[in-house]
Amino acid sequence: MVSVSMTVNGRTVSGQCEDRTLLVQFIRENLGLTGTHVGCDTSQCGACVVHVDGKAVKSCTMLAAQADGSEVLTIEGLASGGELHPVQAAFRANHGLQCGFCTPGMIMSAVDMINRHGGKLDEKTVRAELEGNICRCTGYHNIVKAILDAASTMGDGTRVAAQ
Amino acid sequence: MGMEGIGARVARKEDKRFITGKGRYTDDMVAPGMKHAHFVRSPHAHARIRGIDSAAAEKMPGVIAVLAGDELAADAIGSLICGWMIHSKDGSPMNMGDWRPLAQTKVRYVGDAVAIVVADTKAQARDAAEAVEVDYDVLPAVTGSIDALKDGAPQIHDNAPGNLIYDWEIGDGAATDAAIASAAHVTEMKIINNRLVPNPMEPRAALGVYDEGEDHYTLWTTSQNPHVARLVMSAFYNVAPENKLRVIAPDVGGGFGSKIYIYPEEIVCLWASKKTGVPVKWNCDRTEAFLTDAHGRDHVSTVKMAFDASNRIIGLKVDTIANLGAYMSLFSSAVPTYLYATLLSGQYAIPAIHANVRTVYTNTVPVDAYRGAGRPEATYLLERVMETAARELGVSPAELRKTNFIREFPHQTPVIMCYDAGDYEASLNAAMAVSDYAGFAARKAEAQSRGKRRGIGMSCYIEACGIAPSAAVGSLGAGVGLWESAEVRVNAVGTIEVLTGSHSHGQGHETTFAQLVAERFGVGIDTVSIVHGDTDKVQMGMGTYGSRSGAVGMSAVVKALDKVEAKARKIAAHLMEADESDIVIENGELKVAGTDKSVPWFQMALAAYTAHNLPAGMEPGLKEGAFFDPANFTFPAGCYICEVEVDPETGKTEIIQFVASDDFGKIINPMIVEGQVHGGVAQGIGQAMLEAAHYDPETGQLLTASYMDYTMPRADDLPSFQVSTTETACPSNPLGIKGCGEAGAIGSPPALINAITDAIGNNDLTMPATAERVWAALRSAR
Amino acid sequence: MYATNYHRASSVEDAVQLVSGGDEAKFLSGGQTLLPTMKQRLAAPSDLVDLRHVAAMKGISVNGGTIRIGAATTHAEVANSAEIAAACPGLCHLAAHIGDPHVRHMGTIGGSIANNDPAADYPAGLLALNATIVTNTRSISADDFFTGMFDTALEEGELIVAVEITAPAKCGYAKFPNPASRYALTGVFVARQGDGSVRVAVTGAGSDGVFRQAEMEQALASDFSATALDGVSVDDSDLMADIHASSAYRANLVKVMAKRAVTAAG
Repeated sequence: MVSVSMTVNGRTVSGQCEDRTLLVQFIRENLGLTGTHVGCDTSQCGACVVHVDGKAVKSCTMLAAQADGSEVLTIEGLASGGELHPVQAAFRANHGLQCGFCTPGMIMSAVDMINRHGGKLDEKTVRAELEGNICRCTGYHNIVKAILDAASTMGDGTRVAAQ
Repeated sequence: MGMEGIGARVARKEDKRFITGKGRYTDDMVAPGMKHAHFVRSPHAHARIRGIDSAAAEKMPGVIAVLAGDELAADAIGSLICGWMIHSKDGSPMNMGDWRPLAQTKVRYVGDAVAIVVADTKAQARDAAEAVEVDYDVLPAVTGSIDALKDGAPQIHDNAPGNLIYDWEIGDGAATDAAIASAAHVTEMKIINNRLVPNPMEPRAALGVYDEGEDHYTLWTTSQNPHVARLVMSAFYNVAPENKLRVIAPDVGGGFGSKIYIYPEEIVCLWASKKTGVPVKWNCDRTEAFLTDAHGRDHVSTVKMAFDASNRIIGLKVDTIANLGAYMSLFSSAVPTYLYATLLSGQYAIPAIHANVRTVYTNTVPVDAYRGAGRPEATYLLERVMETAARELGVSPAELRKTNFIREFPHQTPVIMCYDAGDYEASLNAAMAVSDYAGFAARKAEAQSRGKRRGIGMSCYIEACGIAPSAAVGSLGAGVGLWESAEVRVNAVGTIEVLTGSHSHGQGHETTFAQLVAERFGVGIDTVSIVHGDTDKVQMGMGTYGSRSGAVGMSAVVKALDKVEAKARKIAAHLMEADESDIVIENGELKVAGTDKSVPWFQMALAAYTAHNLPAGMEPGLKEGAFFDPANFTFPAGCYICEVEVDPETGKTEIIQFVASDDFGKIINPMIVEGQVHGGVAQGIGQAMLEAAHYDPETGQLLTASYMDYTMPRADDLPSFQVSTTETACPSNPLGIKGCGEAGAIGSPPALINAITDAIGNNDLTMPATAERVWAALRSAR
Repeated sequence: MYATNYHRASSVEDAVQLVSGGDEAKFLSGGQTLLPTMKQRLAAPSDLVDLRHVAAMKGISVNGGTIRIGAATTHAEVANSAEIAAACPGLCHLAAHIGDPHVRHMGTIGGSIANNDPAADYPAGLLALNATIVTNTRSISADDFFTGMFDTALEEGELIVAVEITAPAKCGYAKFPNPASRYALTGVFVARQGDGSVRVAVTGAGSDGVFRQAEMEQALASDFSATALDGVSVDDSDLMADIHASSAYRANLVKVMAKRAVTAAG
């Protein structure tokens, strides 16, 4: 067993877990934050994406012990004071989700993507940047549209939206 | 249409919880004292079980119980069933092999469940499962349908000689043969429809909770149809009587057919909860999902299409072998028969059709309905043959289709279906206009100048959905009726709850069903709650599949709304001392036409519940239920056009544009309908270009059991889609809805393959058209 | 995942010490291959020694023509390094196409080459660039380091500390990804040194891991252009064949990707 302590969504949390506990298990089972999902075993689907120390990572491919001392942001911590993050709002406005299972990972990836690219995003870049997130419902069309919409809201970028 | 009524592009009510991480899926559920399950599964495709030794596993840390098939049988838990009886052409019933929830004597595919381990943690359960020693006598295996029918093939079920499940036919064989014999031209093809893994992003999960005090069971499960799950588990599997079993399908992360079926794990978790006295949760990892979720498609067909001298189709003959896997899953028998061969007329007037279908057992996971279910198989076959025939006959693909379109309705096909409405040429013309079909030659030449090969292909699909008239499907062998139910409860303060037997697992029912109420009463959708997915809350319903929630589920809501409206009018007329026929309902008020008299909606509702002043003899309250059994299937149809560019050096195909023109009848929320088409087209493109389940033919191991080897469509594989609709109203339901859930997956594969074969000048191409296959086809075309 | 014991190393010495303490201990760098392998129970190290907090193994420096990349440097850091982009842009391009953005935030150059997956990208880059792999005990040339599929010259407990590369005159990488895994179905890295010598390394295609393509190297040494490869025929007898591609198709890709890598090198 290891003791881990980290900041999750601005709150300091600590707990005991087996050394083999994945960060996603710690988040879901120890902290009860079930918005972060697990959709595959091979680190490809991206349903588990959270931000660790400001960067998007797959929480199914990191041990909780590795995140000891880190700052973690999950989907539950994205909206502030009851106000949706612009990416969350854009996913809703553009129907960028259907069953909702991949959505938390998609949104966390999109926030990271916009953080890195700012206004330089275009459709081709968004599609390439979504390589690590799989959606089975939307055909990605409205996800791409939502991310471009959010990027234009958040950044100074030009909008090259999917029609 | 109001701001939130029928036809409005309303953002979804359910989104808030999903975008903030507050969705509640089965694996998110926690029951007090809950323990975790892992299944011991067969590593062999075919083997006899000599014995199971769980002594070592039972001593492992955290282990509560290891339970196997003999104990399940001792508690009289029943075998899994196939719910649709098909008779062979000789009149004999299909050969249904025994499918035990936990195999007792024999395993028949890699992943077949043998035992369940319950432990304190999931990791401990898995650790212990590895310590369960199963003594297998390994038998030869067969995975391909053609091989399974060969003399000397391994015999999978004793009661299915030669692995044949049924040998079924439809249509007029003699008339079709005569048409072919007299034809001016016959196009012949061999068509393979590849095997697919549905892959909803939420893996299956089940939480069984037995309450000893009440002798009551609760199952949380990833289901598209919780009531059907309860019915089947009570009536056939003997888990618990219906009144002692509550099935809850909370937020469900996609289904695509694969969550229709009642799987062994759900039965076993419930049973194990009683056996162990603790709540038992199982959640599937992705590789387990690949091994055990019902797969889709897997047809091998030969087809002959006969034309007269004026290019009219005079006959169609089809021979199909369908692989149903190791056991007959719940609706598996219906997919390659009544959901497939009845659509072989496509959009065309064909006087003579004959189809023969043989289904076979193999040592693979069961195959059942996957988005489209039978209709993609029919469409792919027909639309590849049409495009090929056009090339052989030297006419344009559009002209050949126009020559043969059905133009008068109703139209009775030779294969049961009676099409009620449609305008196929309108869809074709719309798609050709959007795609600038006329400008293709110039684009092809431009691509050629860059060393790329451009191609364009089309597909004109029809499907039957809104399944379906109960008496009709009953006469064809269905074990259930396929109506739907609704209850509309107007609360005393005027808010409204709609309880529906349909189930949303991404389709947006919480919004679109509320739009029906908004349209009817002029109330905001935020005052309407849609309740679904819980057998303790909702009356019996049949669930969501086959694009039936709109055409059937919403129709039941409309019928219940009719009843509520009738009573509301009576109450309002009474309150305002007006004539019932003068009452108009709009903007949340009941008004007397031509006067300034009105009663707010909530006040009418309150009056219904205070019952101080109701018409003489009227019962208090305002709550009505309805069941809707459709008069016919519905027939969505459309035209898809795909343009591709092939890199001749690598064979890689880039989709330049994908155009969909669909006729879905009436549309409640265009935004949601477009989303359904996008997702369906992406799955169809996946089938055509990327996805395939490969079993090793010798060992029966699934070689594509993770996303490392099974190609899921990703964002950079796909273009943005150009989606539009045309509309002919459907006469078979009150809203005129046809359904949109499956069209994209049905219509798109042939459009893409027709485009690639056009680009490379070689028609010999099998799905998925991987870069290597296209590269090889290009080389052999030279 | 089987049970394991986690340790966090504070220095190279500490890491080496910790890994010698376990029966079947392994270094854990980014973990983007090791952890999925463990999750599928295909690896069962008794102990994991986390290298992400060893400062000496991080960072990028370019001095004159020598690029030094700490072994614990992530793919994202290499991809976005302006210094590497100026000295060896092909390596940035390679790093930017490993895995996906989230994997690139965690995965490291040291972890990648220590694993030497036959379809990984870095082995092709480092072999073509004639890199030197610096460990806690010695320096190993790339030619000696990559010894076969999932096999390297590393001794038990030996730790990669950094990778050193002499900036080439030109270089380029072209990859045809496996459509499912997005690893290289075939990837070719081409590097031309200041003296005109050329090295061509191929990943994803070889039946025993990354390899150099001598015939292409000769052709490009005399004429560094894509057309110089027209006459080269690729023998498919030593190439991999699996459900994703035949050896004949991989042979085709070796040539096509090599030409594209040369074009990318400019």
